[in-house]
Amino acid sequence: MADSLYNRLGGEAAVNAAVDIFYRKVLADKRISHFFDNVDMSRQAAKQKAFLTVAFGGPNNYSGQDMRKGHAHLVSRGLNDGHFDAVMENLAATLQELSVPPEMIAECAAIAESTRSDVLCR
Amino acid sequence: MTRITWQGQRYELQEGETVLEALLRIGASVPYSCRSGVCQTCMMRAVAGDPGEASRHRLSEEQRARGAFLPCICHPQTDLELAPMQDELPIMATTVVSKTPLGDVLRLRLAPRKPISFRAGQFINVHAEDGVVRSYSIASVPTLDDGVLELHVRRLPDGRVSTWLHEVLREGDELCVQGPLGECCYVLGETQRPLLLIGTGSGLAPLWGILRDALHNGHTGPIYLYHGSRDAEGLYLHDELCALEAMRPEQFHYIPCVSGPNVSPDCRSGRASDAALADHSKLTGWRVYVCGHPQMVEETRRSVFLAGARIADIHTDAFTLSR
Ligand SMILES: Cc1cc2nc3c(=O)[nH]c(=O)nc-3n(C[C@H](O)[C@H](O)[C@H](O)COP(=O)(O)OP(=O)(O)OC[C@H]3O[C@@H](n4cnc5c(N)ncnc54)[C@H](O)[C@@H]3O)c2cc1C
Ligand code: HEM
Repeated sequence: MADSLYNRLGGEAAVNAAVDIFYRKVLADKRISHFFDNVDMSRQAAKQKAFLTVAFGGPNNYSGQDMRKGHAHLVSRGLNDGHFDAVMENLAATLQELSVPPEMIAECAAIAESTRSDVLCR
Repeated sequence: MTRITWQGQRYELQEGETVLEALLRIGASVPYSCRSGVCQTCMMRAVAGDPGEASRHRLSEEQRARGAFLPCICHPQTDLELAPMQDELPIMATTVVSKTPLGDVLRLRLAPRKPISFRAGQFINVHAEDGVVRSYSIASVPTLDDGVLELHVRRLPDGRVSTWLHEVLREGDELCVQGPLGECCYVLGETQRPLLLIGTGSGLAPLWGILRDALHNGHTGPIYLYHGSRDAEGLYLHDELCALEAMRPEQFHYIPCVSGPNVSPDCRSGRASDAALADHSKLTGWRVYVCGHPQMVEETRRSVFLAGARIADIHTDAFTLSR
């Protein structure tokens, strides 16, 4: 595990460093911010951490089924590929801001991309 | 159907019901207050089953390790067996030392019979007549105020406990409290940091405590306090805050805000949070405290975050009413 992506990124400390930046980008992004309205911010921050842990290849218990369940109510509100792309952009921009090397950004993007059909419930 | 086991009996949860709602429906006698996951009055342990992360995420590691969760915000996905957790927060007796009306707000000072360790900005649960519980924030600093708990209670129309505290409770009476709880406090060891304090109504209570705690601990960075009210009478510590500002004109800035129609020349017109964000649009590196009306608190928390404050540097105290 020593050289897993998650550990190379810096583990939980990296998630904590990224969560503020990522969440601020998401809330400021008019394309997707409406999905994150009316939710208590400290709970949301916990969910953003869960998201980043998954994208960083870190330890988590989410199955594809869980990802479907977790986003089904958003799909019924219109969640689509465009929104998914926006999240991918914000993820990459966050990692760039943290000076993560491009190869590792690509690894994160590949992990996040692999959840697309589950997140969009297809 | 999800079931809960309480005192050896099993009950089915109804659609959309929280564990607390189910307990009250079946007539269980359990203490509760805020019904929104804040005051911890209804905290219980799950002896079996998983109450879910949402009902636990604000509890300490120690509480979580003991299986604690908050029934008022718990929608379990599995069956649960419950056990009470009353020993968690001991009930302590205090004596009412003084009651000072400041317009609609009562400044209430309580002397604990035995010393209580607390910090300004935390809150305590007050036990009023008939076992009704309400939370109030602590406006005093233990070392500056001889360990006395100072509360600022706003009178609400037909408010059960606030009216009782204003009208029935007498100086010299005993009043029982539980706590302290919460972490909306001055953070030691960063004396140069700029601080932004935003409060509406009696949301000034924790801020007044945090402000005095900061100055007492040698804070040297700038401190801005925005206090908002509908009318000038609601700015209930106006004179004290003006006096403090006059003593430290370089460091401390008090900005009274009136959102109603009659704005006197020494006050800003509009909401406190709007004024604060208009004056400080870049909050990178700031520590921010937001207290009072729950909707204002949630909106402002988001705005100050978008203005650059880190999530961990935004402290809030939402005065959620019990339903
Ligand atoms: C962490 C925390 C800290 C707090 N700190 C403070 C503080 O420092 N100072 C402070 O003043 N308050 C504070 N509060 C709020 C406080 O706990 C009480 O909620 C508040 O004093 C009202 O209690 P009450 O019993 O007087 O009113 P309640 O009897 O609970 O009623 C509240 C209001 O709702 C109305 N109401 C009640 N029932 C209904 C109904 N069925 N339909 C419509 N309206 C209804 C009442 O008329 C009243 O205006 C805090 C709350 C929390 C959670
Ligand atoms: C890119 C791939 C994605 C991954 C890996 C991912 C992962 C997650 C995870 C792990 C959670 C937490 C679930 C929980 O613990 O409850 C979550 C919740 C959430 N996600 Fe995603 N997500 C992705 C894409 C998206 C997109 C594109 C959107 C919308 C634009 C979105 C919006 C949300 C929201 C709003 C929640 C909170 C749901 C709620 O509690 O109501 N996610 N996501």
